[in-house]
Amino acid sequence: MEGSGAAVRQIVIPGEAVGGPGLKPGPGTFKSGSQILAAQLGIRSEREGHVSVIPLNGRYLPQRGDAVVGEITDMGPSHWLVDINAPYPAPLHATESPWRVEFGDTGRYMKVGDAILAFVLSVDEIKRIQLTMQDRDARKLNGGMLVEISPTKVPRVIGKSGSMISLIKDMTGTRIYVGQNGRIWIDGPDDGAATAVLAIRFIEDRAQAVGLTEAVRDLLETETRKTGRTSP
Amino acid sequence: MEDVEHIEKEVKLIDANGVRLDGRKYDELRPIRIEAGVLKRADGSAYIEWGGNKVLAAVYGPREAHPRHIQDPARDLVQCRYNMAPFSVSDRKRPGPDRRSVEISKVISEAFSSVVFKEQFPRTSVDIFIEVLQADAGTRCAGLTAASVALADAGVPMRDLVAACASGKIGGVVCLDLNKEEDNFGDADCPMAVVHGTGEIVLLQMDGHLTYDEFQKAMELSLGAADKLFELQRDALRRRYSVTLEEILRETPPPAPAPPPEEPREFEGMPEEPGMGSDVDKELHDDDLEPEGI
Repeated sequence: MEGSGAAVRQIVIPGEAVGGPGLKPGPGTFKSGSQILAAQLGIRSEREGHVSVIPLNGRYLPQRGDAVVGEITDMGPSHWLVDINAPYPAPLHATESPWRVEFGDTGRYMKVGDAILAFVLSVDEIKRIQLTMQDRDARKLNGGMLVEISPTKVPRVIGKSGSMISLIKDMTGTRIYVGQNGRIWIDGPDDGAATAVLAIRFIEDRAQAVGLTEAVRDLLETETRKTGRTSP
Repeated sequence: MEDVEHIEKEVKLIDANGVRLDGRKYDELRPIRIEAGVLKRADGSAYIEWGGNKVLAAVYGPREAHPRHIQDPARDLVQCRYNMAPFSVSDRKRPGPDRRSVEISKVISEAFSSVVFKEQFPRTSVDIFIEVLQADAGTRCAGLTAASVALADAGVPMRDLVAACASGKIGGVVCLDLNKEEDNFGDADCPMAVVHGTGEIVLLQMDGHLTYDEFQKAMELSLGAADKLFELQRDALRRRYSVTLEEILRETPPPAPAPPPEEPREFEGMPEEPGMGSDVDKELHDDDLEPEGI
């Protein structure tokens, strides 16, 4: 399996040595004596003197600035509680919403069950999360559907600078938002949305495959032909 | 000839040549097979077959700990439930937690507490479920070994893998990995769990009596077995992703088309023309999520 020792990427398991002196421990690693060991199952990556492990699996851990697709689970007089698929509750304060909300009037703007696209405003050292919708892209998501994938596969769904996701959007005629938390919101014509879901599941199954964008393009082409839609 | 009456009295668990009932030597393990990622709904899972033992382990989390009062504001909890299926033993086991399974759950969760990076996930809980489908002595070691693989499979940050193996004494001889007959009719059974890299012992129990020298011998056997188990655990985890590993190594990132610049949209919920959303994507998905001019 380790035939190509020269290869940059290599699967490591917790406790495996990923680097020694001269390197600094990055995310997914820890230092033990002079050695750097992997803390997670993942792929070793070395960049600018830092060695890190990119996890192959795991829960979503919010980071400041992440775009997340969440669902309102609870309401207070001046805040909403949002489920963002993290191990922690994520409150959205009324002052961080795009509207001027009177105290006790939160229910007029968003109710339990509504979906939103929000941003992680802050995560402190005890993992208290705050969300914000004070962003041009943040919005309440009306209509559409939600698809959930593993958060570790989000980068593949998005592609290099959004290449994969814009391919899907272009070929299915849908609007899609991908949250860093692995939730994906899709809106558009029924057949297009169904095809988009198919493509996303396809990517999730083959997250590590080569030439994924081309494979997805082929899939989308055959699917759109099947449904009789001409791709725009 | 005079031996004939002896044979009737008791089972000889180990013969003069040092061969046990199932044909093993004193320092041999039973055949073991581990598979990672066998369950779809759990965050991580593993299945182990260890001689006659069949054990399934599943891991969830880290996730919000419930009820709230058990949360620890500084670190996460490692909770474990060891459970034997009613059909796991020859007499039906009365389902539900009993003294034995509560004890095993406790010692296993304590064993994992010392390897999981608990400070990274305050107020959460990592839940480990160990289901014994078929028991043949040594289920806590089999369960712990499988749970360790399941934890790694779930992506839980941890210092190292843990492997466990029991040693015991049968017919006056210290032996590795007792099976059901040896456990029932033997003199002592001593399960221990070892952290692979450091050799720390995170679980140590004993049923029966061992002298100091016998214990030293048992520990030596178990430590040796833990190394072998670690290799099986590592291979199981690698195998789970090996199909994709080759592909990862060959992977070349697709060329990125530069998104065309366009004026910001002001209206929310306006039906978009396909292909117009690229400014949104760019902002949402670039590595540095610096908002552009608002």
